[in-house]
Amino acid sequence: MITVREVVVPSTTDEAYEALQKNKFATLLGGGGFLRMGSKNITTLIDLSSCGLNDISEQEHEWHIGAMVTLGELERHSALNRDFSQLFKLSVQHIVGVQLRNVVTLGATVYSRYGFSDLITGLLALPVQVKLYKAGTMSLEVFLEKGVEGRDLLEMIIIPKGKTETFTTSLRNSDGDYSLLNASAALFDGNWRICLGARPGRAQLAVKAMEYLNKQSNWNEALEETARMASEELVFGTNSRGTGAYRKEMAKVLVALVLKEVANSETEHNH
Amino acid sequence: MKLNTTINGMPKNLEIRPDDYLVDVLRANGYLGVRQGCDTGNCGVCTVHLDGKSVLSCVLLAIKAEGHEITTIEGVPQQAATIANFFVEQGADQCGYCTSGTVMNILYMEQLVEDPTEEEIKHFLKGNLCRCTGYASQLRAIQAYFNLRRQQKSEGQVPRGGYEDENRKPESP
Ligand SMILES: Cc1cc2nc3c(=O)[nH]c(=O)nc-3n(C[C@H](O)[C@H](O)[C@H](O)COP(=O)(O)OP(=O)(O)OC[C@H]3O[C@@H](n4cnc5c(N)ncnc54)[C@H](O)[C@@H]3O)c2cc1C
Ligand code: FES
Ligand code: FES
Repeated sequence: MITVREVVVPSTTDEAYEALQKNKFATLLGGGGFLRMGSKNITTLIDLSSCGLNDISEQEHEWHIGAMVTLGELERHSALNRDFSQLFKLSVQHIVGVQLRNVVTLGATVYSRYGFSDLITGLLALPVQVKLYKAGTMSLEVFLEKGVEGRDLLEMIIIPKGKTETFTTSLRNSDGDYSLLNASAALFDGNWRICLGARPGRAQLAVKAMEYLNKQSNWNEALEETARMASEELVFGTNSRGTGAYRKEMAKVLVALVLKEVANSETEHNH
Repeated sequence: MKLNTTINGMPKNLEIRPDDYLVDVLRANGYLGVRQGCDTGNCGVCTVHLDGKSVLSCVLLAIKAEGHEITTIEGVPQQAATIANFFVEQGADQCGYCTSGTVMNILYMEQLVEDPTEEEIKHFLKGNLCRCTGYASQLRAIQAYFNLRRQQKSEGQVPRGGYEDENRKPESP
């Protein structure tokens, strides 16, 4: 349970960041879904609803997605999903139900770097940049690996436009539960990206497997080997949902599946 | 602190604490059709609409409703009665605890999907758990309800609704 002494609703990110730095019990509020599950005594709850972080906007060369965009908005945004072969829809569709997805937010999800996150796994298939108030702009993979110093505020993510095919999937013991393993892949401007999440650690790119596949002239013949390499190069752990050994075995299957989906779509659309 | 909001079309000025959840505020103010179950965002019985969208009122802090419109099951009596009749006909209303949340989500689905397939119905109602029915009777009831709506629409009785993509801005000229 959380307790809150006061709520502020800043109208700019400057004000929000300033309020966040005032004391260590000040806390940013996205949708509040995850704060709900914890227990914290909050002095000032900083609601980011009115800071101008609520839009999905298409620019000439990139998409800007504000931190307060909900997972439901990502799921239903037709232009965004069209540009990235339904990646957003596929990434969030198994997260509990539509009513939860209409509350929980992109910014809180990415900033919190949850290992179990289906959305982060999907996003990492693309060359996403995260824009933080203090730390500036950096790639999602660097942010996931290193985090930032102190307490920052995620303003938006930026996704470059490009010729893209993507696919993502998850393995769950039961629908609506957290994932046991997530996998995603993309062919972005001719380069492969492969990602595994819910290992149960944070999502990571399978860099060696990507390099290997990028060098192949006949992808279809190399997909199984690429999937095996991905399962070898990343570390898998055990939690209540599954063992590390099981995850490693299933990683081969999921990576092969997402790669085949992407390769098939590429063939369908371009040949 | 004060919460200025609209509930079922009526402007309200309610006294709340900053850490109150919407479900508690609604129930304390007499909206007892809004149920409370898991209280952790998993079961869907607390579903209400915020500006027309289904949300979980046990996850949403009441402060998030400031300046917005809330609709509870009490605000949609006719639609609720129509759906409830189909639930009764199909044996989908057993203890009934989950029904108000499910009805609110069916009405939300109706705004987004004109004529949902079985798969779409299952997708939309995945977040509404029911301990009694096993879902097959609910599915039949919902399909029967949408059959009626289709018939009403074909007879010109109901305007065509739906906002498939609420983020799409009008194209600039
Ligand atoms: C019941 C339940 C089940 C879930 N199941 C799944 C699942 O199966 N798969 C899955 O991928 N996810 C799942 N999630 C997680 C969900 O998808 C979101 O990732 C999560 O709830 C965080 O979003 P929020 O808006 O609720 O965050 P909040 O609770 O608002 O915030 C979480 C943290 O982020 C901080 N924060 C908020 N916004 C920002 C910002 N812009 N910048 C910096 N910090 C910020 C907050 O201070 C807080 O510390 C589940 C969540 C719930 C509640
Ligand atoms: S009571 Fe809100 S989801 Fe269960
Ligand atoms: S009818 Fe009893 S929980 Fe659904």
